[in-house]
Amino acid sequence: MSSTQDHPAKAKAFVANNERAHWHDKALWFVREKRDRMANSLPEWETLREVASEIKSHTIGKLADYLEQFEENATKLGVHVHWAKDDKEHNRIVLEILQSHDVKRVVKSKSMLTEECHLNPFLEKHDIEVIDTDLGERIVQLRDESPSHIVLPAIHIRKEEVSETFEEHLGTEHGNSDPKYLTEAARGHLREKFLGADAGITGVNFAIAETGGIVVCTNEGNADLGVSLPKLHIACMGIEKIIPRLNDLSVFLRLLARSATGQPITTYSSHFHGPLTGGEMHIVLLDNGRSDLMGSNEFRNSLKCIRCGACMNTCPVYRRSGGHSYSTTVPGPIGSILAPAMDSKANKSLPFACSLCGSCTDVCPVKIDLHHQLLTWRGELRKRGQLPIDKWLPMKVGSWVMRSPSLFAMVGSIGRFFLRNMPRWMIYHGLNSWGKQRELPEAPKKSFRQLYNEQQKNKPQAGDKNNE
Amino acid sequence: MSSKDNILKAIRNQFVESVPLPSLDQDWIDYEDRVAHFAETLESVGGAAHVVQSMEQVQEILSQVPQYADAKKCVSTVSGISANVDLNTIGDPHELEDIDFAVLQGQFAVAENGAVWITDRDVKHRVIYFIPQYLAFVVHCPGDAASAIVSNMYQAYEQIKLTGEAEFGAFISGPSKTADIEQSLVIGAHGARSLHVFLVENQTP
Ligand code: SF4
Repeated sequence: MSSTQDHPAKAKAFVANNERAHWHDKALWFVREKRDRMANSLPEWETLREVASEIKSHTIGKLADYLEQFEENATKLGVHVHWAKDDKEHNRIVLEILQSHDVKRVVKSKSMLTEECHLNPFLEKHDIEVIDTDLGERIVQLRDESPSHIVLPAIHIRKEEVSETFEEHLGTEHGNSDPKYLTEAARGHLREKFLGADAGITGVNFAIAETGGIVVCTNEGNADLGVSLPKLHIACMGIEKIIPRLNDLSVFLRLLARSATGQPITTYSSHFHGPLTGGEMHIVLLDNGRSDLMGSNEFRNSLKCIRCGACMNTCPVYRRSGGHSYSTTVPGPIGSILAPAMDSKANKSLPFACSLCGSCTDVCPVKIDLHHQLLTWRGELRKRGQLPIDKWLPMKVGSWVMRSPSLFAMVGSIGRFFLRNMPRWMIYHGLNSWGKQRELPEAPKKSFRQLYNEQQKNKPQAGDKNNE
Repeated sequence: MSSKDNILKAIRNQFVESVPLPSLDQDWIDYEDRVAHFAETLESVGGAAHVVQSMEQVQEILSQVPQYADAKKCVSTVSGISANVDLNTIGDPHELEDIDFAVLQGQFAVAENGAVWITDRDVKHRVIYFIPQYLAFVVHCPGDAASAIVSNMYQAYEQIKLTGEAEFGAFISGPSKTADIEQSLVIGAHGARSLHVFLVENQTP
């Protein structure tokens, strides 16, 4: 099993660079504000969210039927449909298709699912070159990192660092960190890759049961270039990407880009119904734990996610701790629900990477009750005996103390005495996580109860006055 | 058991309450001036809209556009627009890599997001929508310009009639762009570096 991922430890490393942490925070808040402007420009925003949520609920309830319908219709269009139970089977299927076409070079557009399956290293092991063509993904690929955000993969990287990376790999000018110049260099570099590719792999934003088509959304046009030059197109999707009707897209496309980056729609919303003339198209449907998640009344809603990233942009914890601190393919609020569902022990710190402010729930375009689910996870971890000691011990002691008023009063006075009189090292240490970046307030000499009782005693009797 | 049967069985074993599919026909936004809203939105995403009365006018305006005027290799799938590369004589789409400018047919436009719906019906290489350096779409309007513009995406999908055969279609809104380096917007990521949309009034398709 994977090792335990500790969000606080990784977040600590991120916030150690104060300047970068603030810059990251601001960059994401900027995107969140753009999203707000877009949402506010449509009077029907709340109706859209409601309808989107209902479509997804309905679809999950009839998912098996819709998957079969999708397969049937896609097959009629000449598409080869494959089913994969888990990541291993997914990767094997993709490899077999590529090998049977003698493919050596693949261009791939953004797909969180192939990240989830670790497809790139798997194909590279079999001597197939995989080039990520989304600019942000290409940057992290060249730096041998993973994306830190599902929509903005390189949001954690400064332009000066991109400049260094491009100087090393693409031979750009030393010290030139102008985004325009760097983008132009990447355009030239990736054009060559597009022209040299034997196959293109894309993710899938939506798959339409009624028509057998898939929709892929990008701003750069990289998915389209990648699958319009070579004859082979492989699209990889989770089984939850299905929607029933073509016109359901009207709801989702109106929500997706507005929520993600504050654009009215992505530049390209491409509808693939079958292969290129003379070409071949494959669609791989992946389960990998999704059908298990369907069985959970508490967490089923997380399958509605359309991966817009809005919950990350708005999350105060994500913005200040960076995507990599989650150690998961999908970080942020939604990732902190999905990851424990796959492995609750390894990801037990994630449901606590949340202040329960509820901002994620407010912005989610498909109305997932994110912060409620995170809270539910905490209870679930307790039931499974996976709560870390600094979470359950204070709670237990606290509840015991609060049940007895006299004990509560006594502990309170001891606490106040200690806070006022003990040396710093006895108060600010490893066990006091609250004191790590904050100062505790100065402890008053008297408790609220003492002050109240004193006041009551000294108060002139109001009733007496009135009677005079 | 095959993986397909396994997955379908796993799904069907879960008890999930079924809820009805909602109606999509709701009180969606309708713009009074669709032409103005489309032009404004397209501009905000880096494109430019032109309302004209004839194909001659399209040609005239294009000739003022330096990227068209200076283009060494130009493709047009719209009759009445001059070009020097005939898409139908190209065998391998890779040969289109050095196309500077393409003038292509758009089907209709969407006011709320500045998008134009395009299809690869009658277009030999669909890469022509993505590979040229610069792009223009020509949308023939049966009446005035507003007759080829819908207000919102619900109306847009009502217009789309798929053939049931293999085909490609896309909403394209403005030129290709990225903001992956420090959120600075750069126009011209992989696809077109600019996009002009011509709405030609009173054209019988
Ligand atoms: S949970 Fe909601 S807000 Fe977060 S990525 Fe998914 S759809 Fe977007």
